[in-house]
Amino acid sequence: MKMNSRQNNPSDRTPKHEYGPDGKPQIDLSSGKYTKVWQGPNHPGVTGNMSLELTLCGDEIVDAKTHVGYLHRGFEKLFERRLYMQVMPTCLRMCVPESDTNEYCFAEAVEELSGIEAPEKARWLRMLVLEMSRLQMLLRVVPGQGGAFGLGIGVQWGMYVRELVLDLFEELTGGRVYHMYMLPGGVRGDLPEGFRERALKVMEEVYRFAERIDNVMFNNSVFKKRAIHTGYIDPAWIDRFGIVGPNARAAGYRRDVRKDHPYLLYDQLEWEVPVLEHSDVYTRARIRWMDMQVTADLIGQILEKMPEKGSFKTPTPNALNWRIPLGETYVKAEASRGEYGYYVVSDGSPYPRRITLRGPSYTHAIALLEKMLIGADVADVGGIMVSLQTCPPEIER
Amino acid sequence: MSKLKDILSPFTAWGNVIKDPVTIKDPINDRPGAARYRGFHQNDIEECIGCGACESICETGAIKMVPVEGVEAKEGDSGLRPEVDYGRCCWCALCVDICSTGSLTLSNEYIWVDEDPEVFTFVPGIDKKSWDNRQEGWKRPGPDYELNIKERVQMPELKPEEREDSFVEIVKGYSREQAIAEADRCIDCGLCQATCPAHMDIPDYIRAVREQDLEEGFRIMYKTNPLPEVCGRICTHKCEDVCAMGHRGDPIAIRWLKRYIADSISEKDYANALQQENPKNKDKKIAIVGAGPTGLSAAYYLALMGYSVKIFEAQPNAGGMMRYGIPEYRLPYEALDQDINHILSLGVEIQYNTRVGADVTLEQLHDQYDSVLVGTGLHTSRSTRIPGTDHKEVYQAIDLLREYSKGHQIPVAEKIVVIGGGNVAMDITRTLARLQNQKYGTVNIITTSLETEEIMPADQEEIDEAREEKVTLKPGWGPQKIETDNDHIKGLHVQRCLSVFDEKGRFNPKFDEDSTDFFEGDMVVEAIGQGMDISYISKKMRENLDFTQRGRLVVNNFFQSKQEWLFIGGDIIQGPDVIHGIANGHKAARGIDKYLRGELEYNERRNA
Repeated sequence: MKMNSRQNNPSDRTPKHEYGPDGKPQIDLSSGKYTKVWQGPNHPGVTGNMSLELTLCGDEIVDAKTHVGYLHRGFEKLFERRLYMQVMPTCLRMCVPESDTNEYCFAEAVEELSGIEAPEKARWLRMLVLEMSRLQMLLRVVPGQGGAFGLGIGVQWGMYVRELVLDLFEELTGGRVYHMYMLPGGVRGDLPEGFRERALKVMEEVYRFAERIDNVMFNNSVFKKRAIHTGYIDPAWIDRFGIVGPNARAAGYRRDVRKDHPYLLYDQLEWEVPVLEHSDVYTRARIRWMDMQVTADLIGQILEKMPEKGSFKTPTPNALNWRIPLGETYVKAEASRGEYGYYVVSDGSPYPRRITLRGPSYTHAIALLEKMLIGADVADVGGIMVSLQTCPPEIER
Repeated sequence: MSKLKDILSPFTAWGNVIKDPVTIKDPINDRPGAARYRGFHQNDIEECIGCGACESICETGAIKMVPVEGVEAKEGDSGLRPEVDYGRCCWCALCVDICSTGSLTLSNEYIWVDEDPEVFTFVPGIDKKSWDNRQEGWKRPGPDYELNIKERVQMPELKPEEREDSFVEIVKGYSREQAIAEADRCIDCGLCQATCPAHMDIPDYIRAVREQDLEEGFRIMYKTNPLPEVCGRICTHKCEDVCAMGHRGDPIAIRWLKRYIADSISEKDYANALQQENPKNKDKKIAIVGAGPTGLSAAYYLALMGYSVKIFEAQPNAGGMMRYGIPEYRLPYEALDQDINHILSLGVEIQYNTRVGADVTLEQLHDQYDSVLVGTGLHTSRSTRIPGTDHKEVYQAIDLLREYSKGHQIPVAEKIVVIGGGNVAMDITRTLARLQNQKYGTVNIITTSLETEEIMPADQEEIDEAREEKVTLKPGWGPQKIETDNDHIKGLHVQRCLSVFDEKGRFNPKFDEDSTDFFEGDMVVEAIGQGMDISYISKKMRENLDFTQRGRLVVNNFFQSKQEWLFIGGDIIQGPDVIHGIANGHKAARGIDKYLRGELEYNERRNA
């Protein structure tokens, strides 16, 4: 129980340091009491590169600073030199593990600005791909939470099931990771024959995996000791820091763009948004575990309700000369990490004037993380970062 | 209890020990890519036209159009083929989706190992690969899936009932929105520019329409064509025949876009838009015979170079066939005059009613001028020479059209038979149909041609519009005899035409004598072709000119004849159509300039 006393649980935290007027601890590095440690930019806590500058007293973190800049590819600037259609293959690289939310938000934004609408079949297919994308992401991060604390077995299982989902992606979209499936105006292909049956079989595998990971990870006394009370997010911070998605839902906030501002055809699906209360690493992992099963369930519903026939693409103007009417829009969707949105400004030319991305990682991993880490054990940093589901490419675009 | 569960339940993982592994033993051989997988590129070289749409859409710059061995540039094919750099490619397959012909596809092959990094830049279809004939892989997803609009913007036209008795122009012209929408369809490949006889900068002026910089578009057109109002209406648009968009949809309406630009600039703004002056800085004088497309085009470019130009025209007005051959409902005189007036505003003089050969001889022109350009065109008619054609009620289409354009009355019978399947036949048919409508309130014309409708030389739209105007078309019949009775024509006897050309492609029609028909009519018009009249070239001069074995004049690349001061162009050399005449005139103008500067000699022969 000694371990828990050092956790970031406010009730257990006893002030050991002098704090200045800015609320930051007064640290005299020359006193010999403190150590500076750099974690990253490459480390298991996140996919992509991001660095943490930690000041330790023993193995307790007294100050943390986040450093980004290791992954800057200038995407938003690159977009300004590309035709709208050419933005598609670039924008999906904004977030490697979950590229489809980018595709959807951008395609939808272009459609909104130019006043066209994707056909109904295409909207069902988009929803299917978005849910499959969420599923494969969760199959990575749910066991990944165990991995960050040294429990590798779930990761192997998760990766296997994820591969099965990627096989489905390959069949439907022609790509495994970068799908390039949604274009402004619709999607790039109908369901292949026999896809429904194969997809439902994979979903059974997902439920089985959920059960097994429940046994191995969530009911594992070691994991519980590491995860419960670790990385506590005060519910009062949720709005102050702009926290969204599972991180907010683990703190009792029922927030889901799919329910609050239904897009595509989500209002035709039935599900409950999982909400829990303890707001620690364990709860956040648990929320994602519940999300994973809800998503598998949604995929079943989509496959069942999707119409058999129908066009999947509306005619669009010549991709090489497509000028989007003057205007601006913000399109958001619920990614596995929370609200994810594209702000697109058009000046009426064939090139976008400005495209910017609002991703949850920006607030979660930069501002919130610095605050959360204070008082945490240095060994838990990776686990805390995974629990925020940080994706640095989306911070540095 | 829960504590005990927490300790024991992780051991359920041991259950896997007795299960079979889920991994595949030999994934490279056991697991091909999915049927839709975006693997490596394939290209059907025969089908590919090198339009470069793949290069334009490629977001990473992985595709470059390169010349390849064994593929020659020709009309409608740039001779280039896409080369893909797999160091840059991201396999988004937008190149496949936008491909104009559908020749570019991706196979589902996804493994390619090589020690040499250079091989990963290759020309699909030319550099042979193991996946070249693979059926599976990314193809264009379905027939309705397009990254472009396949259908052209329909041109607003007068309805048949509005036009059947009037000579008002049928085609109304695009509105601003329609023009921009049509210009948007262009993929900027430039195949049209290579094919256009005048090599007009078509992609550039289409871009000007798109960007609504119409004055710039106007300047671009005048660089190669000083008759845009005319060409915007009646050009034979060879550009549209090769348009990359035409492979799977409608070609871009290039002619209508040209007309849109020309119509958007009013005549009084021409000088302002073109920002050009006639320098008149050279003391050389040039005579041009014939104010048709060739003569006007040459006059324009020579005047811009600073030469004094005088045109000798046999008719009372300029324009040649454009005025006297093409009916007003296709090309209104105001449009033609607009183009001609601008050329005259540069100081070009025209002496009307002066027929070379009769009123002035070539020799005289040679004495008075430094160089002479002849573009007299094809103004004589050919006859079928079947029995009865010497009857006075048998007319020649060109003569009738010319007389009508001059404002003279032309004979219009109640029942008319027209022989011919080309555009002139359609012109006279539709002109007479209008006149019949005005005179009798009904149309009774039969137009018959040797060719069946599939191979009729007339434009399809002419054929369709003639039908809409209630003309009876009888394609595939050969005229045999004109039946007369007491000095009046009764009609035309015809036989079913089995074939027009023989195996060698020569004109040699075959008839089925058992299948005959009789077309009633009080008047017969022949429109089966035109001939040239070069009697103005004296015998003595002919001895110093080159002719081909079939009697055609020989000129070099700059339309210079063996008599080095004499240039000959237009329908008598190439064509026949307006755009060739314009192109010839432009080239001849440059030739004359070179000749007068002493840089051109005849020894460069045409490679005809």
